[in-house]
Amino acid sequence: MTDLGIAVDSVETGSRGALRMFLRNKAAVFGLVVFTLIALITIFGPGLYGTSARKMVAPPFLGPGDDLAPLLGTDYLGRDILAGIITGGRTTLLVAIVAALMTMTFGLVIGSLAGYFGRWIDSLLMRFTEIFQVMPSLLFALVVIFLLGPGTRNETLAIGLTMWPAGARLTRAEFLRWREMEFVKAARAIGCSDLRIMFRTILPNAMPPLLTWTTLIVVTAILFHAGLAFLGLVDINSVSWGSMMGKNRGYALTAWWTVAFPGAAIMITGLSIALIGDGLQDAFNPKLRGR
Amino acid sequence: MTSQGKDQSPLIEVQHISKQFPTDHNARVHAVTDVSLHIDHGETLAVVGESGCGKSTLANLIIRLHDADQGRILLKGVDITGLNPREMRVHRQTLQIVFQDPFASLDPRVRVGASVAEPLTVHKVATKEEATDQVRHLFELVGLEQSMLNNYPHQFSGGQRQRVCIARALALKPELVIADEAVSALDVSVQAQVMNLMLELQQEMGLSYLFISHDLAVVERIAHRVAVMYLGQIVELGSREQVFRDPRHSYTKRLLGAVPIADPRQRTERPLITGEIPSPVWPAGEGPDLVTHTEVEPGHLVAQE
Repeated sequence: MTDLGIAVDSVETGSRGALRMFLRNKAAVFGLVVFTLIALITIFGPGLYGTSARKMVAPPFLGPGDDLAPLLGTDYLGRDILAGIITGGRTTLLVAIVAALMTMTFGLVIGSLAGYFGRWIDSLLMRFTEIFQVMPSLLFALVVIFLLGPGTRNETLAIGLTMWPAGARLTRAEFLRWREMEFVKAARAIGCSDLRIMFRTILPNAMPPLLTWTTLIVVTAILFHAGLAFLGLVDINSVSWGSMMGKNRGYALTAWWTVAFPGAAIMITGLSIALIGDGLQDAFNPKLRGR
Repeated sequence: MTSQGKDQSPLIEVQHISKQFPTDHNARVHAVTDVSLHIDHGETLAVVGESGCGKSTLANLIIRLHDADQGRILLKGVDITGLNPREMRVHRQTLQIVFQDPFASLDPRVRVGASVAEPLTVHKVATKEEATDQVRHLFELVGLEQSMLNNYPHQFSGGQRQRVCIARALALKPELVIADEAVSALDVSVQAQVMNLMLELQQEMGLSYLFISHDLAVVERIAHRVAVMYLGQIVELGSREQVFRDPRHSYTKRLLGAVPIADPRQRTERPLITGEIPSPVWPAGEGPDLVTHTEVEPGHLVAQE
């Protein structure tokens, strides 16, 4: 498709068209701007904002606006909430994005093989997937963390391992849907190899829902990690939005800012990613282009 | 062209081919049962029959999208039934297919020029520049504007898409093109255009067609020989004249009787097909009775009833 004179420029205009479609979706652009800001803050913020998230800098339970208080107040130990949000975002986003990519990769490989080849390959891979799917995800993640020990890397692995079956199912469903289309049959009749049909013919068509799903998975992974942290099941020395909420949860009624701001950070990030995902789905629909 | 020449071997020969599909409960759909036919160079064989009679399965078997349970397919004398995908690739250049639904048979995300070029790049028979030239030539051949090369399929009408599909099928210079209900989804006027195009291409390139259709008017126009399929088996096979002017099998007669005639005064008391066709699903171990054919005149085979 791309390796052709007439098509080379067409593909370029194709992706430019996709970008144009994306930019036309105001909500998606808003999501992208917000998410970029959040990403920049988590990357450069800890360096620029001098206060450490682990140090006690002021008396505990200072609300935002109190004298001596940092911008967003302090927690039960007198640590700066804003510093926590800036530093914790790094862990949260890293875990979520890597876990989502892992989920996507596992899901894509297993789902596409099962959906494309069908028969016994499908049965085998789907039974294997179900083993992971039937286990309660929180318990399963716990077992993985207990076995491997806490730490950001193992937490990511645990989240990825519990979430990929849904990705495999979705990919398989998409492949099943497209496999029987006549243009896929035509590709086989032309003599395209299975690999080429899977990745050049079916995958681009199956990609938009998968891409949208991946963005949602990032949100789910943020929440999942927050849940683990909230329960105190992650590395106690790491700062993340979830662990901030978890550690302050006993004071939520008396010092709302200790949980509200990390919670808001999770919500805003999740929302911005979801908006991006929505925009991507439209952007990759060739029928909407050029309008 | 109507009968099998003794000195000249047919382009493709299908021998006693059968295909069954398993269903849920230990039963099998006998889609194609013991079908034999051949197509000569430059000839059009039409396969007619109503929905579900196994016409499309036959097409898929010949192009090896399905594997036959029994029987052989000889393409220019070479048995292609047992070839693996790699060995089959060479023969795919001889054998191409145009599908029924022009809206489903082109990748919605690929510009049509690239779709037409795909066979060339996959088989590595042309460099990029050559492929571009050939695609332009193919577009001209099927009567499409070259300015449309970079358009997406959804920007085309059904007839134009079918031309694109024909261009793609012709890219590898095949000798046999299977047209699986290729004009059935088109408007009558567009149907005529596409059929004319197919006839012209046959003249120019010496193509053979396996033309699968349920539309007898279309078949009468394009076919040299006609095979009538009923419940997975061929019940009548002969030249167009033999089958249309002198149908012998009762199913052929009823099928011809079902063609509407635009003149009410010409309405005759021809027997019409009533009810659904019987089910091709059989319990495991059972199957339909095999029909035996008698040659009522040279090249005209009729199943015994």
